[in-house]
Amino acid sequence: MALQSLDIKQRSATTTPAPSVRKTVEVAKLIDVSTCIGCKACQAACMEWNDIRDEVGRNYGVYDNPMDLTDKSWTVMRYAEVEEKGRLEWLIRKDGCMHCLEPGCLKACPAPGAIVQYANGIVDFHEEHCIGCGYCITGCPFNIPRISKEDGKAYKCSLCSDRVAVGQAPACAKACPTGAIQFGTKEDMQDYAAKRIGDLKERGFDKAGLYDPAGVGGTHVMYVLHHADRPQLYSGLPADPGISPLVSLWKGFAKPLASLALGAVALGSLFHYVMKGPNEVSKETEKEVEKEGSQ
Amino acid sequence: MIRDPKDLQRYTPQERANHWVVGISFILLALSGLAFFHPAFYPLSQLFGGGTWARILHPYIGVFMAFFFVLMFLRFRKLNVMTKTDKEWLSRIGEMVDGDDHNMPEQGKYNGGQKAMFWASVVCMLLLLVSGALIWRAQFSPPIGLVRFAAVVHAVAAVAMIALIVIHAYAAIWVKGTIRAMWYGTVTRAWARQHHRAWYREMTGK
Repeated sequence: MALQSLDIKQRSATTTPAPSVRKTVEVAKLIDVSTCIGCKACQAACMEWNDIRDEVGRNYGVYDNPMDLTDKSWTVMRYAEVEEKGRLEWLIRKDGCMHCLEPGCLKACPAPGAIVQYANGIVDFHEEHCIGCGYCITGCPFNIPRISKEDGKAYKCSLCSDRVAVGQAPACAKACPTGAIQFGTKEDMQDYAAKRIGDLKERGFDKAGLYDPAGVGGTHVMYVLHHADRPQLYSGLPADPGISPLVSLWKGFAKPLASLALGAVALGSLFHYVMKGPNEVSKETEKEVEKEGSQ
Repeated sequence: MIRDPKDLQRYTPQERANHWVVGISFILLALSGLAFFHPAFYPLSQLFGGGTWARILHPYIGVFMAFFFVLMFLRFRKLNVMTKTDKEWLSRIGEMVDGDDHNMPEQGKYNGGQKAMFWASVVCMLLLLVSGALIWRAQFSPPIGLVRFAAVVHAVAAVAMIALIVIHAYAAIWVKGTIRAMWYGTVTRAWARQHHRAWYREMTGK
């Protein structure tokens, strides 16, 4: 989906600047967990707009269906039953790509241009450049990308980059019947979240807050949580996500240095030959061997 | 082909074939692996028909090489046991690199440097095989922490292995009369006497 080509902020496995003359405002999707009723209209809208039908799977006796994200289900509702202060709380979280400001997938990807981040913050996979190595999964702090068993390419939520590019809200936000999914500039979404959090606090959720984790530079999909102090309650939303230090080590400054070191070994060998000369069998040894042979 | 009946047999045809199967696999693995290592090397994936083909082929070539490397390990492991003389040789490797090897301790079929290379390769190959399996997404999906760790191990071991092989190949180019041992299996008596005196005596009784 290469509709936006002049506002690319970051491009995977690319060491020179990407086309970035067009500046756009940062956008965000705000998911207000406290007003979500778990109807799955967002799941239906996602498959409809993107025109991808997952296989009809099994029902496991719970509301979660499908049970996990797949290459064809880019968003899923996760239902957690939690007991808080003697009351049952049904915490329903719409899971999918968080569109990190510092995307671990993009950092890990070895294929030039297979993952891009637009100036508006959306992190998009360009499957035609994807080689199917799965490094994006290794890099992602949220366990989002999925490799298709059919074509070997990685897929995930695009935040409807094609819709956003023409001024439309993502399909899930458009379909949500309660307004639990809002879409706009990141700033507007933060303001809107502040109002919602104020309301929740008045109603006794004194730990209500915005999930916009700093460990990944903030995200372009944010949650309003009643229990922002314990995001793990929401089907394992990580409390402090960040790109793993191992991924940073693997994809960081060590690689250019190692590449230079390999070049140095090769060139060092060449210059050793040039400066020291070949190690040849000496004439004396040849003579000694002849002498020994004639004995 | 017998070039000179006095030449000494250093490698059997089976040993040579085994070496080249591993060597060719290694070159293919290094080229395809570097393509994923850093964007600067990504164009190397074109040699394999593009990034996707390089990604598909790399692990299979890896398994193939691992199998033949095990065979090679079994063939040569006894000849590569480190001795006291080898350690002395290694401690004076500076003289060797400087080009003056006449006073180096007498060496058997392999010198200390070759043995160190052998064992370093064994360690790297083992790390590459295990970590490579862990990051082979098309086949396995181990816990994510393990995959991340394996990705680092694979990259580090690969760099070490490539550096080792560059040195290995250069040493063969530098020491004249060596490469023919891997082409047709023999070396001259003078070569053996100069570089592997103890082996020379063992082979000739002189």
